[in-house]
Amino acid sequence: MDKQDLLADYRTMLLIRSFEEHCQQQYTRARIGGFLHLYVGQEAVAVGAIGALKPQDHLVTHYRDHGHALARGLDPQPLMAELFGRQTGTSKGKGGSMHFADDAKHFWGGYAIVGAHLLLAVGIAYGIQYKREVLGQDDDGVVMCFFGDGATNGGEFYEAISLAALYKLPIVFLCENNEFAMGTPLSVHTAVTEIHKKASPFMPGERINGNDVVEVREKASAAIEHARSGQGPYFIEAMTYRLRGHSAADPQMYRTREDIAARRSNDPIELLKQKLLDEGLLDNKKAKKIESEVEKEVEAAVKFAEESPAPELSEAWDDIYAQPL
Amino acid sequence: MAELNLLEAINQAIDEAMAADERVYIIGEDVGYRGGVFRVTDGLINKYGEKRVIDSPLAESIIVGSSIGAALYGMRPIAEMQFADFIFPAFNQILSEAARMRYRSNNEWNVPMVIRAPYGGGIHGALYHSQSIEAFFTHIPGLKVVAPSTPYDAKALLLASIADPDPVLFLEHKKCYRLIKGYVPDAPYTVRIGEADVVREGDDISVIAYGLMRHYAVEAAETLASEGISVEVVDLRTLTPLDKTTVLNSVKKTGKALIVYEDNEFCGYGAEIAALIAQEAFEYLDGPVQRLGGLDIPAMPYSAPLENEFMPTPQKIADRLRDLAAF
Repeated sequence: MDKQDLLADYRTMLLIRSFEEHCQQQYTRARIGGFLHLYVGQEAVAVGAIGALKPQDHLVTHYRDHGHALARGLDPQPLMAELFGRQTGTSKGKGGSMHFADDAKHFWGGYAIVGAHLLLAVGIAYGIQYKREVLGQDDDGVVMCFFGDGATNGGEFYEAISLAALYKLPIVFLCENNEFAMGTPLSVHTAVTEIHKKASPFMPGERINGNDVVEVREKASAAIEHARSGQGPYFIEAMTYRLRGHSAADPQMYRTREDIAARRSNDPIELLKQKLLDEGLLDNKKAKKIESEVEKEVEAAVKFAEESPAPELSEAWDDIYAQPL
Repeated sequence: MAELNLLEAINQAIDEAMAADERVYIIGEDVGYRGGVFRVTDGLINKYGEKRVIDSPLAESIIVGSSIGAALYGMRPIAEMQFADFIFPAFNQILSEAARMRYRSNNEWNVPMVIRAPYGGGIHGALYHSQSIEAFFTHIPGLKVVAPSTPYDAKALLLASIADPDPVLFLEHKKCYRLIKGYVPDAPYTVRIGEADVVREGDDISVIAYGLMRHYAVEAAETLASEGISVEVVDLRTLTPLDKTTVLNSVKKTGKALIVYEDNEFCGYGAEIAALIAQEAFEYLDGPVQRLGGLDIPAMPYSAPLENEFMPTPQKIADRLRDLAAF
């Protein structure tokens, strides 16, 4: 495992948090439309797990994808421009919040049909294995596939873990268990609330503390190496908690303000900050400096988005087939 | 030049594609040692091994979903649905993922995947082994839908589909598999996706058809010829993209059109052809645009007389042509 740079991780977690807070503001101002799912409270999962990936590895994720994109190193500017529906966005304004995409970073996107992307992730992992075993080409890539606890009740979840185990594919399944399937609590949506146990007949796995970026990084690194070394898939269930609503328009009738307040003491960013302060890696002055830098970076992204042009109407017809019909 | 039936021509196309390009593999239920339920993939596993001829779990969503992922990663998967009726667990993968991938990714990703699906009735397959599915899939921009009716077209169009950088649903009429024979050249030849074929020229009425119905239409046209009515038959061969020019040219020449398809008539593919003709050839028409489709009932019934009642047949086509000729 490469040495974890906790200050860098802290910065990325702050970047995600700030990006999300700005998204909320811009949504309130109706500059971002549609459906907006914020990653606030889950930052340690993305930063810890994606930090363990190498450039040749692959990432496929769910609709709450802003944090994953930023953790993978996508530039906040085209991401914000995508949210604004601008030509300079990652999908030229066609995708919006739930469908970020970046080929160079092997960021295979956010997907908004719950559970459907697990099959694509398995397919990419099959492609890696096929490339090695049939085409005889070097490829030691691993796929990491994120999904929520709510995605583990549908049939595609079982199809995916079954095939991945059968073919011993190089893939890490990473379930972000934030205790809610949209607005339905874990105990209401599934009989097996320890989600990793659903996969246990198929592959090794474990439940980890998803709010501790050090633990996430360590466990994800081990899982990735397991998959990379040809031992097949691995399952991680990262326990976390979403501090904002399912979407920006969620009245959150399924929990109380007190419920959320009680979880704030377990905010992964605050936990990491305290650790860094305790260990002398950070002081208040340095912390303010990082916060200010991050704030400026996100403000620049908002400015970039604001100043970017809308797509031309003719672009609706672009990129449907290789050759237009 | 050899005489092959439809399934032999398809087998030959898969074989040639796999020999030419190691990225091509086939995945489906019993496609390996069993050689496919219709024996379309017969012999391929012995030639290419288990890594390239894959006996999949009986789970269509992962057959298609994993093929999309592998195609994104540069492979050229052929996903076989054992029967077209089984495709619906994978519908979401085709509609929501495969067909949208290029569009959503800034043109960075594409899905060079072929889904092969034996469809159609007249074989006593009843509820889950007889249906036509094209209307669901021709409604999806981003997907191509090919439906050849002869060995010659099937071989070339399957090779074209495998080479195509976009996802293609390749429909094989299962009653044609052994019934329809034809000469297939030994030397390479091409048929392009998106080109219809005027398979029988005529002056009085155009029949627009595809799959088994093209053969039934030709049979009906021959009957009508003996009665002095000259029928032109257009085989669409590709449903998306539609060759509008060939359809319109034929109707402009004859002034009358009958569209024949085996799928449920209501909201079927033929409705689109009828709308096209009404919009773009109205002033050439000498009679109402007619459709003859399958019955609008929930499924193709098993019992032979009921099944026959469901299917458009050469006799029913001939009857409709006589009516239209008299109009």
